[in-house]
Amino acid sequence: MTVPHGTAQSNLPDEPPTTGRKWFLLGARAAISIPALILTAAFVGYAGLARETGLTLPETLAMTGLIWALPSIVVLTGALSSGMGLIPASIAVALASVRLMPMTMALMPMVKVPGKTKTWHLLIASHFVAVTAWVFAMRNLPDLPREARLPYFTGFGASVTSFVFCMTGIAYMAVERMPDVVAGALVLLTPVYFLCSLWGAARLNVDKIAMVVGLALGPVFFLYLPGLDLLWTGLVGGTATYLGMKVLRGGRS
Amino acid sequence: MTDGLIRETWWWPYVMILVAGWLATDVWRWIGVFASGRLREDSELLIWVRCVATALVAGLISKLILFPQGILSETPMWLRIAATGVGFSAFFVSRQKVVVGVLAAEAFLIGGWWLLDRVVW
Repeated sequence: MTVPHGTAQSNLPDEPPTTGRKWFLLGARAAISIPALILTAAFVGYAGLARETGLTLPETLAMTGLIWALPSIVVLTGALSSGMGLIPASIAVALASVRLMPMTMALMPMVKVPGKTKTWHLLIASHFVAVTAWVFAMRNLPDLPREARLPYFTGFGASVTSFVFCMTGIAYMAVERMPDVVAGALVLLTPVYFLCSLWGAARLNVDKIAMVVGLALGPVFFLYLPGLDLLWTGLVGGTATYLGMKVLRGGRS
Repeated sequence: MTDGLIRETWWWPYVMILVAGWLATDVWRWIGVFASGRLREDSELLIWVRCVATALVAGLISKLILFPQGILSETPMWLRIAATGVGFSAFFVSRQKVVVGVLAAEAFLIGGWWLLDRVVW
């Protein structure tokens, strides 16, 4: 039970019994990567913000490990610092996190072996769904055999999360106060990294168009419907893109 | 921001983190797992869902660049947009190497920031 995804794959008839474990470790090794380093840098930037806000080290680490989605973490930090109540804070974070649902929905059919994969394995693996791991998965998993994808993704997610968790703690303790330029540069790092990697992960033209539309609509909805802006950007931008492409292709998918 | 947190009890922040943080976030991942149960990878619905997710993340990107939090908000907006543009161009020129794009954007931002400080003060 120590490596559930290793044992989950072991009863495949024509595979060696260590396949799942092997793919888990390969995924963990793939985590030593530029995206993981960039994400780490973004969380180092967050550790500075958390300390400035007055969060303790255990609180900062609990948020990093339990939420594992930087935008939602930043939203909750803001809620805690303004003394927001439990219900409004939950709604704010839920709105910031709603994007994880379509992302998970898009990922799950890719990692699932129909009729074999246990749902609780998917539930555990789903915790690692955040922009970095999702983009990595959309880009790399289709090249792997289907049985390998879930352990590979879980290995990648688990090791990135552990590494970032440790580095966030170290950064919290080590960085008394960052120079302004360093702190600011770390804040810009996240969106530029998201921008490049999201474009790289786009498999269809329609994905790229959805991205451009979202980039344009994001600020508009932020100014006119703050709070619900991300949700509206996704729904309006994504649906318009999807329908537009469908019309252009004359009804073919 | 520097006033610190309003602390009634030591455990209250943890209740917030568990309910408003962990539950409010992971519940969407779990719904995503269950909702994907009947979806095929290439289904029309999933193409739409991916469009929505992509547009949503893209919206977050432009929000983080145009309306950032903390110290970065003190830089002029044109500098942040220019740095992002330089980074994205470098990403393309380098045959889509993410690290090149990120480093180019950071170099432009830090260089521009430093120059502005010099010129203004």
